[in-house]
Amino acid sequence: MRRGASLFNIVSIAIGLAFLYLPISILVIYSFNASRLVTVWAGWSLIWYRELLNDTAILQAAWISLRVAALSATAATILGTLAAVALVRLGSFRGRLLFSGMVYAPLVMPEVITGLSLLLLFVAFNVDRGFWTIAIAHTTLTMCFVTVIVQSRLIGFDRSLEEAAMDLGCPPLKTFLTITLPLIAPAIAAGWMLAFTLSLDDLVIASFTTGPGATTLPIRIYSEVRLGVKPEINAVCTIMIAVVAAGTVVASLITKGGAARRQREALGAQV
Amino acid sequence: MRGEPQGRKWSRRAVVLLPCVWLVVFFLTPFVIVLKISLSQTALAQPPYSPVFDLSAGWAGFLDFARQLSLESFRLLFTDLIYLLSYLKSLQVAAISTLILVLVGYPFAYGIARAPRGWQPLLVMAVVLPFWTSFLIRVYAWINILQRDGLLNDVLMRLHIVDVPLIWLSSDTAIYIGIVYSYLPFMVLPLYAALEKMDESLLEAAADLGCPRWKTFWLVVVPLSLSGAAAGALLCFIPIVGEFVIPDLLGGSETLMIGQTLWTEFFANRDWPVASAIAITLLALLLVPMLFYERLQQRSLEGGR
Amino acid sequence: MADGGQAAQEPVSIEKPPLVRFEAVTKRFGSVVAVETLSLDIKHGEFFALLGPSGCGKTTLLRTLAGFEAPTQGRILLDGEDIVPVQPHRRPVNMMFQSYALFPHLSVEGNIGFGLRQENVARAEIADRIAEMLVLVRLQGFGGRRIDQLSGGQRQRVALARALIKRPRVLLLDEPLAALDKKLRAETQFELMELQRKLGTTFVIVTHDQEEAMIIADRIAVMDRGRLMQVAAPAEIYERPNSRWVAGFIGETTMIEGRLGSDSNIESVLGRMRVAGSSNARSGDKVWLALRPEKISMTAERPNEGLNAVAGTVSEIGYRGDMSVYKILLSDRSVMKVALTNVSARGETPFSLHDLVWLSWPPEAGVVLTE
Repeated sequence: MRRGASLFNIVSIAIGLAFLYLPISILVIYSFNASRLVTVWAGWSLIWYRELLNDTAILQAAWISLRVAALSATAATILGTLAAVALVRLGSFRGRLLFSGMVYAPLVMPEVITGLSLLLLFVAFNVDRGFWTIAIAHTTLTMCFVTVIVQSRLIGFDRSLEEAAMDLGCPPLKTFLTITLPLIAPAIAAGWMLAFTLSLDDLVIASFTTGPGATTLPIRIYSEVRLGVKPEINAVCTIMIAVVAAGTVVASLITKGGAARRQREALGAQV
Repeated sequence: MRGEPQGRKWSRRAVVLLPCVWLVVFFLTPFVIVLKISLSQTALAQPPYSPVFDLSAGWAGFLDFARQLSLESFRLLFTDLIYLLSYLKSLQVAAISTLILVLVGYPFAYGIARAPRGWQPLLVMAVVLPFWTSFLIRVYAWINILQRDGLLNDVLMRLHIVDVPLIWLSSDTAIYIGIVYSYLPFMVLPLYAALEKMDESLLEAAADLGCPRWKTFWLVVVPLSLSGAAAGALLCFIPIVGEFVIPDLLGGSETLMIGQTLWTEFFANRDWPVASAIAITLLALLLVPMLFYERLQQRSLEGGR
Repeated sequence: MADGGQAAQEPVSIEKPPLVRFEAVTKRFGSVVAVETLSLDIKHGEFFALLGPSGCGKTTLLRTLAGFEAPTQGRILLDGEDIVPVQPHRRPVNMMFQSYALFPHLSVEGNIGFGLRQENVARAEIADRIAEMLVLVRLQGFGGRRIDQLSGGQRQRVALARALIKRPRVLLLDEPLAALDKKLRAETQFELMELQRKLGTTFVIVTHDQEEAMIIADRIAVMDRGRLMQVAAPAEIYERPNSRWVAGFIGETTMIEGRLGSDSNIESVLGRMRVAGSSNARSGDKVWLALRPEKISMTAERPNEGLNAVAGTVSEIGYRGDMSVYKILLSDRSVMKVALTNVSARGETPFSLHDLVWLSWPPEAGVVLTE
């Protein structure tokens, strides 16, 4: 069978991509519209961005969201990586079934349930809700995504590399740090980025676990959006899309750059 | 194992223990509390339910607490039609949109899997990229298009297909559009993974044995991609049942999906026991598909060994 | 390791003690027995091969020596010291992996020098020894390369250098040439032998390729289903296999079943066969006469009385270039294989299909096997 030549395939890819990208593109374009109305094109303008800069509520919410995302992504990456190592490397241990069940369940658990249950936990233990409770909730939500990514990398990992290191006199913990960790680092980085994005994105769980003074960006956007389309929101969304796109480009550059740097180091070691 | 020093054992234990403790505290315990509150009754207090379990009262306190538990919230759930309809609506929306997702996602994934090797990573990247942008933004983008004076009506009227603007927003159609749009990557990626793994020579072998292309598709390609389709379908179906944001922003106010009902009970009516009972019932409803999904996930990961 | 030290000082035997000794080693994985109460000595400076079909436990045995598997029972002595409790990274043995297991994030030099960097060896010395190793495996100038910039043969040599740089007491090679193509493999076999002679290090190689084991090794241990079948020099294993299994596993063999008569004759359906040499079979025992195809002569006329002879027809001819293999159908419908060198340069075989032929061999050509 020939690859890629079929008209049907080309058309289905084209329609699929158009479906995925058209709405976002429209949103971006209209964030530059001088008119408040979506149907009226009044020429290019940055007015909504300027308006955004004066909207301290949104800026504050964005700052909180970024901090929550950075903190919870880091915690989720550590916990999720440990869980992946446990699942792949420790074979069968007592309670493995329960453990893997707990690790995977948040992947598909409806957010309303996770959010409600965490809130009730915080209430039951009389924890003041706010920044920290959101961060804890997001860590719980996102660590399973990190686990899945790191786990699939670890499963594909050639165990004989570790055996070779130990065979050459490297103790187990050092082997993990100098051989295994650098080689699964891309998966861990991808896990962190996914956790960061998911946290930045979450509305439902944050709504349940938030408290006074801790309004995240999605909560803020949601309350605005419920009242209808606002060009300022288009501007916020465009900025977020730009940040994500830039992040993706930087990430791919880092992984490529890492390879190049290693090569330079290798050449340096030769001299 | 023989000859394993004590230090190694401890580090192994720590690797399991840390995520395990976290999940027990922040994932398992909350469900116990939800279960407990679903058996409580609403009260005008802070927290707004009774009885409140008091550890200091000891065994007698526990017995007293146990006696006060009631199935009142669950009784309400099964007698008041609002909740039943809400569950049915959720299942209906989830089932129909999963079906649409399979029908839309399959040709898309198949097209990518059959694309030239060099193009595939780029196409997969293109599918994943919208997933990295906010869920909320993607739903919001559709409001821009679907609202009464939105882009869709504008285009339709300029083309003289319709004379008066149609109502798109606040309808089931809008919910389906939003869900299919948001969940498409979750369907395409597992399908692509299954289709991409397929050995090209299988198709050649089928052709060599005289099987026409369309028949090869049904007899070879579809059966072999079934596990991917199942994974994608479950990955979509389960969260859609509990979906809140999409029906809330794009849907109407006639019949709410169960996620919205839970939200309303909790935030608007402050009826925590009923909200908890809804969550428990929803969980029970989704338990079987969730276990099924975990089995699939486990198998696909372990199959890679 | 106090008790091990004592054991080494004990003057147990007059002979030099073995470098490696497996003492009744058993390894089970769950209910599967990979190695079954196996005892084996490997001498100083020898090139030793573990040979057997896949799944026979040879790799498991090698890995117990490297320390990646702990034996379920038994001891492994290195220079008289039990090394079972010693962790892999503390054992003075190094391994070359079948997949090579080269670290993809390190350069060639980074890989070769990895072992020395784990000990507190001075930087200058590490650099010197890496350079020495690069010369030894003929990779001068490749030190700065990344692993994915190397060919298969070059990777194989990096893996070899990396395992040799720490000057191990024993070098373990797990199917080291399996990934190379046939020509390169043949060359590398001779290189390995040369290297081993030059360094004097004890090499233990695991292979499923009997030809490779015969070429390369001083001694071969043939394994099957976790047990040792025979341990001997290659020629001995080929010419004097101790069982039907070994005879069948190594090279081609034709087996003639019969009973040992009183005067070292075998009574078989094909008639009386005269045999020479000793065996532990007594007269009346059921025995098998194992014959190698190249030891059998094939003639058109009946040979003279001194030889064992049977008649048959040529049923198949396999032309192999340097020689041809003939399958001869005998009177009892059994088939005997004979190999003849093709002397004629015109590409024709001396016999053709359906020819009536006589097969003959001297009494000392066959081996009498009892099991």
